[in-house]
Amino acid sequence: MSAPISLAPGGSASRVSAKSGLEAATERTRQPIVTGTSVLGIKYKDGVMLAADTLCSYGSMAKYKDARRLAKVNDATLLGAGGEYSDFQSITDLLRRNALEDKCTADSLYEEDVNEECAKEVWNYLRAVMYNRRNKMNPLWNDLVVAGFSQPAFGEASEENKPFLGLVDKIGTTYEDDVIATGFGSYLAIPILREKHRPDLEEGEARALLEDCMRVLFYRDCRALNRIQIAKVTKEDGVLISDPYEIETSWDSASFVEPKGQLEGDGGW
Amino acid sequence: MSAAMHVHAAATAAASASSNPYNLKPGEHSTGTTIMAVPFEGGVVMGADSRTSTGTYIAVRVADKITQVHDRIWICRSGSAADTQALTDYIKHYLGQLAVETGRAPTVKVAANLMRKLIYENKDNLMAGVIVGGWDPVDGGSVYNIPLGGTVMKMPFSIGGSGSTYIYGLVDNKFREGMTKDEAKAMVEKCISHAMARDGSSGGIIRTVVITEDGCDKQFIPGDKLPYGP
Repeated sequence: MSAPISLAPGGSASRVSAKSGLEAATERTRQPIVTGTSVLGIKYKDGVMLAADTLCSYGSMAKYKDARRLAKVNDATLLGAGGEYSDFQSITDLLRRNALEDKCTADSLYEEDVNEECAKEVWNYLRAVMYNRRNKMNPLWNDLVVAGFSQPAFGEASEENKPFLGLVDKIGTTYEDDVIATGFGSYLAIPILREKHRPDLEEGEARALLEDCMRVLFYRDCRALNRIQIAKVTKEDGVLISDPYEIETSWDSASFVEPKGQLEGDGGW
Repeated sequence: MSAAMHVHAAATAAASASSNPYNLKPGEHSTGTTIMAVPFEGGVVMGADSRTSTGTYIAVRVADKITQVHDRIWICRSGSAADTQALTDYIKHYLGQLAVETGRAPTVKVAANLMRKLIYENKDNLMAGVIVGGWDPVDGGSVYNIPLGGTVMKMPFSIGGSGSTYIYGLVDNKFREGMTKDEAKAMVEKCISHAMARDGSSGGIIRTVVITEDGCDKQFIPGDKLPYGP
């Protein structure tokens, strides 16, 4: 006899429901509860870099100010997420479980002989996962950014692993680009990133560009925080995620202090 | 098909009404609550109010919302009383089994992740926000917050329940890293008093449990001797 609450994925929903079709569907699509906001990504000279703030909001409340929204999946893959944080925790668990299973069932225990899943494969796998949940009207409520390197496709001449940056959203839409942003970032940061991006950006320049975009997001996104993390994937160092740090913000523009012209206050009423 | 849609719409409308924010069924009890946990050097202080309400009636005025699930692991419960009682029963059962299988006490991290799995996988059918706290030889005193959706977050201290919204400013002001046991206990008692003073769904007495390597010390402050209010 199945228990009323269950550890199995889908919980008690994994049992056959008494309702079916549309009635069951109205039960399942739900609202996100604890949410993260934008994630930004750019390709640069040595690899790929991501940025995200460390806030998870509970509705309009800034509840968790030290949430980690960038995660290492394996030595070649970095994952960032906005949206429901519990679904992101579930996805990271799933990917790490898969990586461990791959490692244990591989033909060899030596790292050099084993072909670890590359970022593009993780991206494709997540597309399947997200689209499958969307078809059941029970999405994982996240916008995921996958960053890392992709192995050459079969038949491709190059021996080199190319930098990879792609997005998977909650309904399974995917695309890849040199610059990626989710949430508010797709409105505010993408224009800045597209303007300033060059494929030969140095690490310092890439980081400064991302920090500038995070600063704009803090100015204009209600659900953003000025405490951020930067992470990079490179060939030499693999995946490195920084500790959280605060970015500087400026509030002393002359027109903030004293508006120009005959306006009183800030020009509003 | 239209009947199911109508029920769904009515349920959401009821949930949005401020008198039934947890979308409770008629007669269902809520632990509209204030719960709190603060770690200190060598252990954890957990605290809660004692009011269980059904709508606007106080069904139980001296409820015990801090439940023991293992020798040094306790859970503060908020949300639906039935859901959280069932969940802690399951956790108690599984942790007991785990202790026998491994031959040692489970860590607080394991208890928190187990609770997270149950809440996350059943998120559509549960209304439970809990704080898991305790002492283990690996991490010392630790506190994990698990809100409605099933996110698990290790925190330097944690507050929860409907009354917690009134004391976010107070705890941000009062909390410091590295408090002693007595400082942590005083902070818990003071902050919960303030929440009880302003939240209609919190009240009664303050129960505290101080968990250390040596044991668990359960105490309560009667409703006429609160540090602040009512």
